[in-house]
Parts: sequence; C-alpha cells; structure tokens
Amino acid sequence: MIPNDIPITPELVADHGLKPDEYQRILDLIGREPTFTELGIFSAMWNEHCSYKSSRLWLKKLPTTGPRVIQGPGENAGVVDIGDGQAVVFKMESHNHPSFIEPYQGAATGVGGILRDVFTMGARPVAALNTLRFGDPDHPKTRHLVSGVVAGIGGYGNSFGVPTVGGEVNFHPRYNGNILVNAFAAGIASTDGIFYAAAAGIGNPIVYLGSKTGRDGIHGATMASAEFGEDAEEKRPTVQVGDPFSEKLLLEACLELMQTDAVIAIQDMGAAGLTCSAVEMGAKGGLGVELDLDHVPCRETGMTAYEMMLSESQERMLMVLRPGKEDVARAIFEKWDLDFAVIGKTTDTRRFVIRRHGDVVADLPIMELGDEAPVYDRPWVETEPAAPVDPHAVPATASIGEALIKLMGSPDLCSRRWIWEQYDHLILGNTIQRPGGDAAVVRIEDGPKALALTLDVTPRYCEADPVEGGKQAVAEAWRNLTAVGAAPLAVTDCLNFGSPERPEIMGQLVGAIEGMAAACEALAFPVVSGNVSLYNETSGEAILPTPAIGGVGLLPDFDRSATLAFKAEGETILMIGATGGHLGQSLYLREMLGREDGPPPPVDLEAEKRNGDFVRALIGEKRVSAVHDCADGGLIVAIAEMALAGDIGATLSRTPHSLPPHAYLFAEDQARYVLTAPADEAERIVREAAAASLNVSVIGTTGGKALTLDGEDPIYLSTLRACHEGWLPDYMER
Amino acid sequence: MRSAIILFPGINRERDMARALTRATGTAPAIVWHKETSLPPVDLIVIPGGFSYGDYLRCGAIAARSPIMPDLIARAEAGVTVFGVCNGFQVLTETGLLPGALMRNADLKFVCRDVHLRVETAGTRFTNRYTQGQVIRTPVAHGDGNYFADPETLARLKGEDQIVFRYVGPNGKPAENANPNGSIDDIAGIRNARGNVLGMMPHPEDYIEPAQGCSDGLGIFESMAAALEQA
Repeated sequence: MIPNDIPITPELVADHGLKPDEYQRILDLIGREPTFTELGIFSAMWNEHCSYKSSRLWLKKLPTTGPRVIQGPGENAGVVDIGDGQAVVFKMESHNHPSFIEPYQGAATGVGGILRDVFTMGARPVAALNTLRFGDPDHPKTRHLVSGVVAGIGGYGNSFGVPTVGGEVNFHPRYNGNILVNAFAAGIASTDGIFYAAAAGIGNPIVYLGSKTGRDGIHGATMASAEFGEDAEEKRPTVQVGDPFSEKLLLEACLELMQTDAVIAIQDMGAAGLTCSAVEMGAKGGLGVELDLDHVPCRETGMTAYEMMLSESQERMLMVLRPGKEDVARAIFEKWDLDFAVIGKTTDTRRFVIRRHGDVVADLPIMELGDEAPVYDRPWVETEPAAPVDPHAVPATASIGEALIKLMGSPDLCSRRWIWEQYDHLILGNTIQRPGGDAAVVRIEDGPKALALTLDVTPRYCEADPVEGGKQAVAEAWRNLTAVGAAPLAVTDCLNFGSPERPEIMGQLVGAIEGMAAACEALAFPVVSGNVSLYNETSGEAILPTPAIGGVGLLPDFDRSATLAFKAEGETILMIGATGGHLGQSLYLREMLGREDGPPPPVDLEAEKRNGDFVRALIGEKRVSAVHDCADGGLIVAIAEMALAGDIGATLSRTPHSLPPHAYLFAEDQARYVLTAPADEAERIVREAAAASLNVSVIGTTGGKALTLDGEDPIYLSTLRACHEGWLPDYMER
Repeated sequence: MRSAIILFPGINRERDMARALTRATGTAPAIVWHKETSLPPVDLIVIPGGFSYGDYLRCGAIAARSPIMPDLIARAEAGVTVFGVCNGFQVLTETGLLPGALMRNADLKFVCRDVHLRVETAGTRFTNRYTQGQVIRTPVAHGDGNYFADPETLARLKGEDQIVFRYVGPNGKPAENANPNGSIDDIAGIRNARGNVLGMMPHPEDYIEPAQGCSDGLGIFESMAAALEQA
C-alpha cells in the first residue's frame, strides 16, 4: 500500500514527467506541497498527451467551423450535420507508444478508445479505419509488430462489431524504434441525441459504469508523452489490456440509457482514466466534483487513491445523471452485466475533492487543473528547402515495365489484402466500397445516403517540406473522397511528431499545421476533432513527421458513386490535371534509384478545388465508369491499380515529348484524376473540361490483359498481380 | 411467418440478420434476450453471428448453457426450424443439436473474404430457392470456422445428405484456397438428421442486395420464408 503522505522529492517530481518549473507552478497554484495523489493528478493532467502544451498555440490556426459543423475540437469527437436529423461523429487518435511496447494490446485498446469516444457522444459506430507506420521491413522487429498490430486491431474491432473499412500502411526505417498506430472511428447519431461532457446541476449523482478498475495502464498518458530509450520494454506494465466484449456491452447499455432522459453528461475514461474524465466534466460545466473512491468497483483489493485515479483500465465511463434516475440507469447496466456505482456528486465549489477510506486525499482547484496547464511557445526553425529535382536529369535505370513491376510489388505500394482480410469489413451490411479503393463508402442504414471515409498523409513529403506536406495530406484526403463521388465534409487529424523540445521538430509541427490550415481553408474542409502525439522518437531519432488526416465525405446517393476498377473494354482513359514531371520525393526516385531527395510536389489548392469539383459532378451525373486519384507512384501506378481491380488492361497513348517517359509516367504531381468513359462521352468531357480551362488529356484506351505502351513489351496483368499481391503475404509468412 | 433472433451478450450481427429476415418475410423478427426462459410462438429461431460471451472459454460454449437454451432445444426437438450462422453455428454444435465442432482456422488468423459455396442439397427448407449444385457467393468473417467431425460422424453426414454447403472454387469444383479455414471435406454448412436445424459459417445475411455487391444469400431467407409460410 502506497501512503498518500510520502515526501515529494525532486526525483519523484521528475519521475512524474514534470519539469522543475512546472512543479513550481503547482506550488504557486495551490499554495502548499501537493499530496502524492495530487502529484499524480497533476502529472496526468499536465502531460503533453492530455494538455497539448506544446501544440495548443498552433492548433488555434486550424479552421474549425463551417455551416455543417455541430461540434468542433474539444469534445470526445467532432460532430457534423448530414441532414435528415442525422449527424456523423468521428475522431482519430494515436496509440503509438503502447503499440510499440505491446503491439496486440496497444493496437486493440487504441481501437477501443476511439470507438468509446464516438459512442460517448450518443453515436452508434459504423466504421473504423487506421493509419499504420512500421519500420524497415528488414528490421528484426517489424514483422512481429505488423503481425501483432493487425491482430490487435482485428481482435478488437471484429468482436466489437464495427466494420474496419480502410486505412493506410507504410514502411520506413525512421519508424524502426517508434511505430505509429492511429485509429479512426465514425458513428451516426441523431442531431437531437448528442451527448456532451459538461456536467450541469449541483448535487447531481456522478456514476461509474462499465468494467472494474485495475492496476493496468497507470501512467499510460505520461509514458505516451516521453521519448523512448533503450528501456522501452520495461514500460510494458503501463499498457492497458482491452476487452472488446465489455466494450460491446458498454455500447449497448449506454445507447439504451441515452434513450431515456437520465443522462446529463457523459465522458469516457480514456487517457489518465478517472482523473481526466472527472476533471473535464467538472471544468467544462464550471462545477466542482467530489468522488469517494471507496465506491469505485475494483478488480483488485488494496488499491490506493493514487492507483485508482491514474489507472487506465479500459471500457469504463463516467456519467452525471439526473437526480432520481439512478435506478433507471442501474437496471439497464445490470441487464448488460456491467458494473454501476454512484461514486460522487457535483458541487458548486469548483474543487476536485477525492476521498479514500474517509480521508481527503486530494483537494484541488478544478478549473486550474485544465486551464492553467503550462502552454509553451517552443522555439522552432523552418525546415531547409530541398534542392529541386530536374526530371530530365533523373536517369531511367530500367524499362517502364520493369520499374512498374518493381513499384507495384514494393512494400509501400503492394496490396494490403493480407491485412484487411483479417478485419471484418462487411459487418452491419452497409459496406458499399471495401478496402483497396480511394475511399471506403459506408451506407447509412438502408441508404440512399452514404459516408465516404479516407485516411491520408505522405510523411516523406512532410519531412522535405512540412508546409507543402501538410497541405498535401489534406488535399489528398479531399481528393480521395471526391474520387468516389462524395462531397468532402470535414476532417479529423492525428499529428505524430518527434520531440517538440527540439526546434527542428517543432518547426515541422508548425509548418505542417500551417499547410493543413491553408488547405482546410481553401477547400472548406474544417477540422472538427483530433489528437497530437509528440515525443515519437527513440534514442534521439525522430519519426518522419506524420500529420495523418482523416477525411469524411457525404454521398447523397450511394448509387451515384465511382470505383477505381476499369469496367469495360474499349473505353477512353482520361486524365484531369496537369503533369509537370515532378519526381522530387517520388517513389520512383526512392525505389529505383535509392534516393529520398528533392522537394515534394507543390499543391495548387485552386487547381485541386477546380479539378475535384469537375470530377465529382461527372460522377454524380453517372457520366464516368471509373475514377482514381493519382498519388504515390504517379500516373502509371494509378492505371495499373485500375487495371488490376477490373482485370482489364489498357493501351496508353504516346507520352508527351516535353518529358522523358519515366518522368511523365511516375511523376507525383498533385490534383490529378484518371477517369474512364465510353468514347463519345469522353469526347464531351474533354470539350467541357477544356471550356472550363481545366487540364485534360486522353491518355489511352481500356482493353486486353496487359498494359501496352509505345516501344515497350506488354506488361501483363498476371505479372503485375503476382508481384502486387505477393509481397505482403510472402513477407509475413516466409 | 414469425421469426425470433436470440440475443446473447457479444452477438454483433443481429442487425444484419434482422434486415435479411425482414426483407424475405415482410415481418421484423422478435428479439429474445438470452436471460429469458421461453421463446414466443415462432416458426423460425435464429442465432446470429458475433462473439457471444467474448468467445471466452470456447466459442459458443457459454451461450449454449444460458437460460433461453433449454426452450430452444425443446423447440428444435419438436421440429421448429432453427438457423445458426457463424457464432450461431458454434452455439448449435455446443448444444449438440448439430454434430461436430468448430476449431481455430487452420492458419490461425481471422478471415473476412468472399467464398463460393456449392449447394449440396437443394430440396431443403433452407435451400429450395437454389438448384442442386448451384454455386453461390457469400462472405465469411470468422476466426474459428474450421469444421471437424470424426470419421463415423462424417460418414453419417454424407450418408444422410446432411452436408448442405461446401466451399468450392467459382466454377463449382474443389479448389486450392477455396476453403478459408481448413474445414474437413470443405464443409461450410450442415443440417441435423431431421432436417430442421441448419448451421453454417458464411454470412448469407450480408449478401442480400446488389448494393452489398451480391444478392446470392437472399435465397436462404426466401427458401425459409417459402417453406415455413406453407407450413
């Protein structure tokens, strides 16, 4: 048993992740030395993960409002109006550090946490996605991490019963010591049935719901706010253990209770558990909170106040109920075999008072716990601009066919089927577009409305130029939603960076936010929720800057959406958008020449909007048979993906003389889409695009079982398919 | 036709199943909580897919011993039609209403993908809308679908025409990779000797309309509706 009155030494303060000046701030705030439990509470509230102390100043630059936005950042998840009295509720969150230490449970509880964020707001989850970044495939740990993370995501989502419909997976040595697991979830709620965290009313019961509290995950959020050293393995006990079965019961019980008028406020116990949830409910409502920990359902005996306040045991909720409604709530929770306990009440004191065995073990000012957390304007430096890459100076080291086969079978472009076949992507019966397309499409109940969902970021672009990289991540998400025919609604983000205490890393964060803000503004694509994950580094080496963007769009009618597969032989292939031969930071440069240099492709936000709006209208009018955005690997990779999906080849026109063929075909210029349409329709589209001053070109015709290019041997689809489908299963199972 | 879905904690495909039953029969199924001890008067009892009791102990083992089960078993023994999908199939084998057992998939991984099934016996109350040998496409989504029966049981299943669906290639012939889980004899679904209880691992309830990419699964629900409407 840890006593509450152990002396607070500088070492103990440092072990709690608090700097000496931060501790001084605590002393000034409360006018005395904190108790041990209070020190724990401060460390939980003031760590980077919970307080956003390094990023808060900059996050303010992101646009967060729009005509459809019901709730922006600051709640459990963002809420956007989708008409007919319905709202989509969504958020993305990182679970990087726990997943590196313990991949199965780390990833599983990441999924659990984000699902809870969504149903806490009153929404039934309808889709999950995830962004994953692993180290070099040749690194001895990578295979084990991929296997564990994928099994953990599947293990949780499949059992909970939400379709996992998409995401991103990439490999790069810079993630060798710090992988990324970012989990996204979206749910549907009634606009008149959305629940918030702010407590209201004085003397109202605060109830604890869900699973029991154990000693797992203590200081999880503090661990997530520090870089790793050689001792990462020793942090395993800070990783939580997930139970999707309990979460499914918690979902059903919460939604059932929300149908009554019993709930005033609700907050899930995520990072920093009981501490963070109780403080947020009180602070948001301008009220005090009193908790008596003797009533908290515990999994183990002899737990101290310190342990209970910092436990990150999963599948738990805190609610403020209307007085007299305890029995209604208790009956529902007991039906679902979940724990239910009144553990405290709201007060008018604005104090956070914790009792254990009759003693007051903490008594802190509740508003200051959140509001007075340190905010840092950390020093930062701009990333040096990279020297441009002249497309004429990039040698062609192989034939187009050899290069395409190599790229399509490379770790970053190969099929992710081995992964998504381990995720139940069909449950609920509303998956209209499955993993493997530009965006997932999930019908809302029986339709015709549907959501489009995508996660995007290109870290190598962000590393070379954080501003353009930030823009590109947003633009690509917007483009992917557009490519399935959806109107982009809003985004959530997950900003993964190294230590903000290093000016060059802080400069990446500042730059990426600047680029994201510009793109969100220009594309009317506001940020409604998100998460920041800093200190992603091991032994001084930071990850690539990875501001992952989760884009959500709306399709008025799922029947008016596009997929990337070629549909018929003899159709014309068109490209909308200009090709400038941009090879800087391209996969061609990296995979064929071993070079990771140059600037990323610049993002012309006006062109993005013009081209995208044009393509979306064509899809809505059912004038195009297939649509795909042009991204990693360039035009020829986009065409190969369309051909493989439809099992129909293509004959490509002669490439323009202004560029070497490999520069034209593998360039990663932005704002481009590949479309197909019957020849006469294609002619009309070309005329209309030209009249609207858009860049449009006829690039070939569908047909056959190979890609045929001028002066090249046919590139057979069977060969492409073998290397594209083969790499990941071969890697994982050899 | 009246139907009921049994809901155990952790079941998660009840909505998919209710939609398919409603579409085929015109009436929404009753939802019966596992803590009940008697079912309403119905023509069809369905146990949908999911992870009842978190798949803890053994898939379907705890559900098979829950309060509603004695009445379900009595109804099945009295001839009422019972249909179990995925976890429902596992529960039915755990109760003994269907022979054999479902083990971890041979490759130890959860698998969600399309499979092709050959209708091995078309004359049943579950398959009257299909033709003998017809190949249909359905998805699977399971970690424990590896059907096993001892040689004696297997011989009886074959002899009594109890194997209803087998995993095959798209052309209806056995094929490499057609069987997603290592099931013995490529078995995907079986019925009891009396013919009123069917268990299958694939999810026909998720392929009932073109928007889902395939409507082949609707036939099972229409078959049951046709057979039980007449009854």
